[in-house]
Amino acid sequence: MTGLSDTPNIADADGFYQELLSAHENLSEAESHALNARLVLVLCNHVGDRKVIREALELAKRAG
Amino acid sequence: MVDVRYQTEFTLYPYQKVTEQDAPAPVRHPVAIIGGGPVGMGMALDLGLKNIPCVVLDDHDGVGTGSRAICFAKRTLEICDRLGACDPMVDKGVIWSVGKVFRENRQIYEFNLLPEDGHKHPAFINLQQPYFEKYLVERIHEVQARGTPIEIRGRNRVQALEIRDDHAALAIDTPDGPYEMEADWLIACDGARSAIRGLMGLSFEGRVFEDNFLICDVRMKADFPTERRFWFNPPFNPGQSVLLHKQPDDIWRIDFQLGRDIDRQAVVRPGFYEPRVNAMLEGVKWTPEWVSVYTFQCASMEKYRHGRVFFAGDSAHQVSPFGARGCNGGMQDVDNLAWKLALVIEGKAGDALLDSYHTERKHGAEENIMNSSRTTDFMTPRTGIAKLFRESVLDLVEHTPAMRPLVNSGRLSVPCTYDGSPLNGPDAPGLPRRTRPGSTLADAPVEGGWLIDRTGGTFRLLAIGCAAETVEANGITARVLDVAATDVIRSRYLGRARQAIYLIRPDQIIAARWTGFDADAVASAIKHATAG
Ligand SMILES: Cc1cc2nc3c(=O)[nH]c(=O)nc-3n(C[C@H](O)[C@H](O)[C@H](O)COP(=O)(O)OP(=O)(O)OC[C@H]3O[C@@H](n4cnc5c(N)ncnc54)[C@H](O)[C@@H]3O)c2cc1C
Repeated sequence: MTGLSDTPNIADADGFYQELLSAHENLSEAESHALNARLVLVLCNHVGDRKVIREALELAKRAG
Repeated sequence: MVDVRYQTEFTLYPYQKVTEQDAPAPVRHPVAIIGGGPVGMGMALDLGLKNIPCVVLDDHDGVGTGSRAICFAKRTLEICDRLGACDPMVDKGVIWSVGKVFRENRQIYEFNLLPEDGHKHPAFINLQQPYFEKYLVERIHEVQARGTPIEIRGRNRVQALEIRDDHAALAIDTPDGPYEMEADWLIACDGARSAIRGLMGLSFEGRVFEDNFLICDVRMKADFPTERRFWFNPPFNPGQSVLLHKQPDDIWRIDFQLGRDIDRQAVVRPGFYEPRVNAMLEGVKWTPEWVSVYTFQCASMEKYRHGRVFFAGDSAHQVSPFGARGCNGGMQDVDNLAWKLALVIEGKAGDALLDSYHTERKHGAEENIMNSSRTTDFMTPRTGIAKLFRESVLDLVEHTPAMRPLVNSGRLSVPCTYDGSPLNGPDAPGLPRRTRPGSTLADAPVEGGWLIDRTGGTFRLLAIGCAAETVEANGITARVLDVAATDVIRSRYLGRARQAIYLIRPDQIIAARWTGFDADAVASAIKHATAG
């Protein structure tokens, strides 16, 4: 593995985005935060590579 | 006057006046050990068995009552085995391997530690600390009877200390009044509130955790399975955690997390804990043995060596109880310091070797503090988001085993590897990572017994699948232990190599390794491992 991907990687980007939003539909703010937290954990486990995860954390922090 | 600060469970070394107390001038001792807890007693045994005379000064006359350590890890058992004190511990101790984790009243998963085969000792035992200490002291009495130079002085409290050029001067109080003593070397094993540290004006810095825990040791005869149970947010302690652990003598340890800002007097009353224990044990009959509240901190001194004074055990570093690293870490301090000090006292190594005690054990303590802080942060999330992630892990773990490694209700205490230690010698490529220089010897069955029994106390050379000869350097001898390349030995020591030579330190740390025998290379590795 070489690190965090810089290239678009999600097929049907609009479809994905809609799916993400609809997962949060009808959730309270707290429930949405909890859903996001679970999602982060599941995805981080899937990625596994600590270097990639670290770069993702850095990018997310930098961008905010 | 020597105040009694705590009750003792076993009186083991009652005060006896010694002639030295009336001597016209202070008597000089090679080594004085302050504090007769597990670390001080272990240190005395290790030094005494190396024929280094030492005197232990403790301000009580036995082992304190009350609940402290219960989990003693494999490495501690190996060290105690080397010191000849392990058998009664393992005989008395409880061995367990199944753990269950609950959330509210649902079991969210179960694990079996299934310790790796091919080790003499179990991954750990549960044993009350007073027994652990008692067996160490009984072993001291046994070796004293055959002339091992250890002296224990009960109800001797160190009151003042002066560090001079070539010794330390101590003012000691006893039931018969004060006297003075001098020591070439001083080892402060006087616990987390170390008097020696205070007298020397040294700091102890770290992080205080603002949580409180209630220990209830209860006696019950039920056929409760021998397993560890951990609850997040159970109905009998809402919003907090609870841990249940088995000890010998039908005693069970229950740890109730209480949170911040509690009334310390109220929680130790039956009115508080009885309904909780009843709800938890669901009708099983029990009686309380010991109930107390504790809080904790993780702290460490900056340096564990100050000239002629060493700090070992809780006086040097303190960890949260989760992860059982306090006493276990302290016994590794013993293991590390005793042989180094003995070599320096015997004139076989220079003073610089003693600096490596600090380097190596600080590394170990930092790892222990890191691990126990991480456990504490999981169990007691300090912020809203920390709580959210913790709850998320627990939510997910009920649906996927993928999250199990993130659930942290305490990690097994394992010794650190002294990576980068100044004592480490050459490594050979291709040999297994787990036995790289700086690692603790990995036990394995060998002809006629266990590797752990055939090493330790002196330098040794393991000759695996090849011939080697005794090597001597600076008056230090490393005799050869021929080891057959069995499957276990191959996986722990050879990897893909056909043969190997390992240099093992007296504390069973791997100092250097090669894929062939070269007497000069071994000699220079011995010099390196004793130079510091
Ligand atoms: C609730 C709890 C649970 C724990 N569980 C575990 C566990 O499961 N596993 C584990 O490994 N560790 C555990 N620990 C930690 C363990 O109890 C300590 O790390 C261990 O006791 C440290 O040993 P020590 O010899 O360094 O100090 P201590 O046991 O504190 O001994 C210090 C000794 O010095 C004496 N002394 C003090 N001042 C003087 C003086 N001025 N002159 C003479 N003598 C003096 C004291 O009387 C005492 O005997 C636990 C601790 C607590 C509180």
